[in-house]
Amino acid sequence: MNPRLAKALVNGLLIGFAVVSLAPLLWMLSVSFMAKGEATVFPPPLLPSTLTLANYRELFERNGLGRYLFNSALIASAVTLLSLAFNLAAGYAFAKLKFRGRENLFKTLLGALVIPGQVAMIPLFLLMKSLGLVNNYGGVIVPAMAGIFGIFLVRQYARSIPDELLEAARIDGAGEGRIFVRIVLPLLKPIVVTLAIFTFLASWNDFMWPLIVLADQSNYTLPVALASLSREHVMDNELMMAGSVVTIAPVLLLFLVMQRYYIEGLLLGSVKG
Amino acid sequence: MSSSRAGWLFVSPALLIIGVFFFLPVLAALLLSFTDFDLYALANLDNLRFVGLGNYIDLLQTPMFWKSLRNTFYFVIVGVPLSIAVSLGAALLLDSKLARFKGFFRTALFAPVVTTVVAVAVIWRYFFHTRYGLVNYSLGFIGISPIDWLGDADWSMPTIILFAVWKNFGYNMIILLAGLQAIPQDLYEAARIDGASFWRQLRHITLPMLKPTMLLVAIITTSGYFQLFAEPYVMTRGGPLQSTTSVLYFMFEEGFKWWNLGRASAVAFLLFLLILGVTALMLRFGRRGEDGA
Repeated sequence: MNPRLAKALVNGLLIGFAVVSLAPLLWMLSVSFMAKGEATVFPPPLLPSTLTLANYRELFERNGLGRYLFNSALIASAVTLLSLAFNLAAGYAFAKLKFRGRENLFKTLLGALVIPGQVAMIPLFLLMKSLGLVNNYGGVIVPAMAGIFGIFLVRQYARSIPDELLEAARIDGAGEGRIFVRIVLPLLKPIVVTLAIFTFLASWNDFMWPLIVLADQSNYTLPVALASLSREHVMDNELMMAGSVVTIAPVLLLFLVMQRYYIEGLLLGSVKG
Repeated sequence: MSSSRAGWLFVSPALLIIGVFFFLPVLAALLLSFTDFDLYALANLDNLRFVGLGNYIDLLQTPMFWKSLRNTFYFVIVGVPLSIAVSLGAALLLDSKLARFKGFFRTALFAPVVTTVVAVAVIWRYFFHTRYGLVNYSLGFIGISPIDWLGDADWSMPTIILFAVWKNFGYNMIILLAGLQAIPQDLYEAARIDGASFWRQLRHITLPMLKPTMLLVAIITTSGYFQLFAEPYVMTRGGPLQSTTSVLYFMFEEGFKWWNLGRASAVAFLLFLLILGVTALMLRFGRRGEDGA
């Protein structure tokens, strides 16, 4: 093929892909600024005739979106912080500390990755109920405080820490806790960032478990609230698009700022072989 | 403190959490699936009875369970190959030496992956609206009359598949792109000297070299697609005519709408066994091909 034609074809196809990927998101943004009913006509308008924040105002003032935003932010932050602490300690130990049964334990954990999380959900609901954690932030946070995938990711990364470094610190008389905090954690910084973004995004976007365990509306996270709103306001397209913007924007921005770390983590997690 | 004691101390908090909130519930789900745990047992455990394989036998005689299984297989069998084909196409384009602005395109194509399923499902429901949707409007220009995407039982699942492909292809694209970049360049150079065309290079170098990555991607995607839930929950509520009721949607309704928790646990376990079986088959199939090569 003629090289100029080939170049036009490759770039043209990429532009096509980008348009298909971004168009729904851009249109969502545009419709969210339209006046009520403006998007419910034929043909559908691409841009608002006048920009209005009325949909956002209605969501925050009358539909309690601020509350859901707060719930989502609180839950995702708590899950991220707590699971980081537990996964980092465990991942490092599986990589660098020798203890009896380490290999078998790790193999069991890896094997359990094939079990879909939903298998656990029904008994987990009963367990949460008996612990008084149904319909309460704890019901979402507590089961997510540690995860096999996070431990695996940390272990993969921590394996590159040289043993001599740890040995030298031990000879100097440093305790294991001190070694972990002073020497290991600074070395694990890139994977800490990666895992933090991964966890935050996953927790923010999670739907099925919060839907099950959060019964009371005032405790809903954004996705659960949005699903419930969209069932009530089937025809309020402008309002629903504004709700989608509020739900998507925080995670999309976080991704855009930190995408290098996110993509590295994705690749590190998928080359388990 | 000995290194062995430190090791246990470091792993035990995480293991305790995973043990209590994951392993224990999985085991309990198995036990629960042999009981008739329902609303009455929820109120008073004295009402709980052991029913052996009763739930499983019952499910296999429930038409709605078979329908949900059929719908899920439809989603997996059409959705997974389509999704991987699109991911591969995008990865090949991004890997091409002719492509400009690679960083921008990579980010743009990946963006749907990090969005919230519920929120983008709401957008798509509007996008594919029969009367006001941009999709039908655009199709009107090439003379296609409006399609009732989410309201017609024949179109609902294809629409959900399109949505899932749009939402997910970027993930596999990144993994496949890394696989492509790991293929030694001298293989292509040798092929070029021999005058091999792009398609011949794709068939004889790229695809064979990419095979281990493809197998991994296929297994992850298949397992993920079997867990279809949020899309039908938001876009169609399992309808129309139950055409988008997936196995997990069925489990959710059995468990948390009708409170048949024993039966719902049996559904969850059957889905797990199904995923396990399909994964094992794919591994076996994939590895056998490797030996032959």
